Amino acid sequence: MTGVRVAGVGLTPFGEHAGRTGRDLFAEAALAALDDAGVDGDEIEHLNYGNFMGALAERQGHQAPIVTEAAGLRCAGTRYEEACASAGVAVREAVRAVRSGENDVMLAGGMERMTNLSTAEVTESLAVAADELFEVRAGVTFPGAYALMARAYFDEYGGDREDLAHVAAKNHANAVNNEYAQYQREITVEQALDSPPVASPLHLFDACPITDGASALVLVSEEYAEAHDLDASVAITGTGQGGDRAALQDRADMARTPAAADAAAEAYGDAGVGSDEVDVAEVHDCFTIAEVMALEALDLFDPGEGVGAARRGDTTRDGDLPVNLSGGLKAKGHPVGATGGSQIAEMTRLLRGDHPNSDAVPDATVGLTHNAGGTVASAVVHVLEVAE
Amino acid sequence: MSDAEPDPPANTGYDEWADALAEGGYFLECANGHGSLPPRRVCPECGSTDLSEESLPDTGAVATFSKVHVAPSGFGEEPPYVTAVVGFGSIRLTGIVRDLSAEEIEIGTAVRPDVERNDATGNRLVVFRPA
Repeated sequence: MTGVRVAGVGLTPFGEHAGRTGRDLFAEAALAALDDAGVDGDEIEHLNYGNFMGALAERQGHQAPIVTEAAGLRCAGTRYEEACASAGVAVREAVRAVRSGENDVMLAGGMERMTNLSTAEVTESLAVAADELFEVRAGVTFPGAYALMARAYFDEYGGDREDLAHVAAKNHANAVNNEYAQYQREITVEQALDSPPVASPLHLFDACPITDGASALVLVSEEYAEAHDLDASVAITGTGQGGDRAALQDRADMARTPAAADAAAEAYGDAGVGSDEVDVAEVHDCFTIAEVMALEALDLFDPGEGVGAARRGDTTRDGDLPVNLSGGLKAKGHPVGATGGSQIAEMTRLLRGDHPNSDAVPDATVGLTHNAGGTVASAVVHVLEVAE
Repeated sequence: MSDAEPDPPANTGYDEWADALAEGGYFLECANGHGSLPPRRVCPECGSTDLSEESLPDTGAVATFSKVHVAPSGFGEEPPYVTAVVGFGSIRLTGIVRDLSAEEIEIGTAVRPDVERNDATGNRLVVFRPA
């Protein structure tokens, strides 16, 4: 089995791209990734592309050929859809294809266009990721579902809104220097606490924004990197995926995310690293409580300890384990079908040393990414390591 | 051509189950005692295909809830409304709480299930009322 290297990464700025088509957003990210890798588009053997709500937002299904063409590739493509974990799955399947020897050089990433819809329309579109019969019809929204989990967590382990506000303030602080982030500004804990309620106990500043954006990665075999003298110092050494019952009501414990724990166990085992070896993590903080549950599922904190991690300073940029140095979904933004690729692009930059926040983790060699779909009915975890 | 909205698509199994909530409701139980909800051919816990309809307990306990301030477009329910997940023995149901404000609800509050029609969507709507 060959190793997999990240040869290049590309991102659009995350935010509002009024009037720009999804295909143009993805083309920008794809061309940036190819340029970063020093690989010609003709070389790409297959595109793995994540997208969630394109059929609703742009009335465009069958997007793989659309964006393959827009990126100037000469290969076929496949769209992957697992809600907000769509790009994570697309990357994971590319890793598996390269490892198998089926492909030597692939492009993987994703795109979402969202801000052309109203907030109510986005709310309706995102709710499609929940169980239509048993959740959506009962008025469960995406924030509402995480609110149900947050209350269950508080009831089981303690913690409060102020703990969550520290997660929001931390991630905003991290986004200030990130040129790709939607919100390059700090917020205070008080501002987060005073923001309007969305779905109790969650308020507006517990939630990620509505975002347009795209991500792309050039993934190659070690042999290809060597043969073409590519500068590809970061390897994806572990990949894992977990699943769970789709509806929250069917989970044994609504304060935990076992799909992420399963994905993490698989990825750690695959990479041959322990959770205590992780130097830096990018986790799926679509809501502040989601970061808390991710930290515990990834075995980075014990159950009940994740909620205070930001408040104690454990996960801030000066802490022992900086989390979401990109700004996270919370402040960098969350174009849902692009996010899993964006996390790996940011982690690659952090480990290569060319991220604006790399100075927070100068000696980091092991990075973890965690991408979740729905209320973590799908989860994808990757381990990235500095290979040389 | 009629101006009337077409009927929403039927969901055999689910529709009958939801309608039955007006009379107390039922769930599915496998040979090993695991609960699930229709439409269902296989127990999601153990794979048993021996599923029988059993009556829901009269009342359930709120497991978690949220006062939702932003509703999906076209949902029809005027926010804020309270969505709750309620445990009824071996299964849980998700629905909107009637006749109790968010301030009157806590984890453990006893409620009974019922069903309404959502006028905006034509769909069945699971609701909970004070027990």
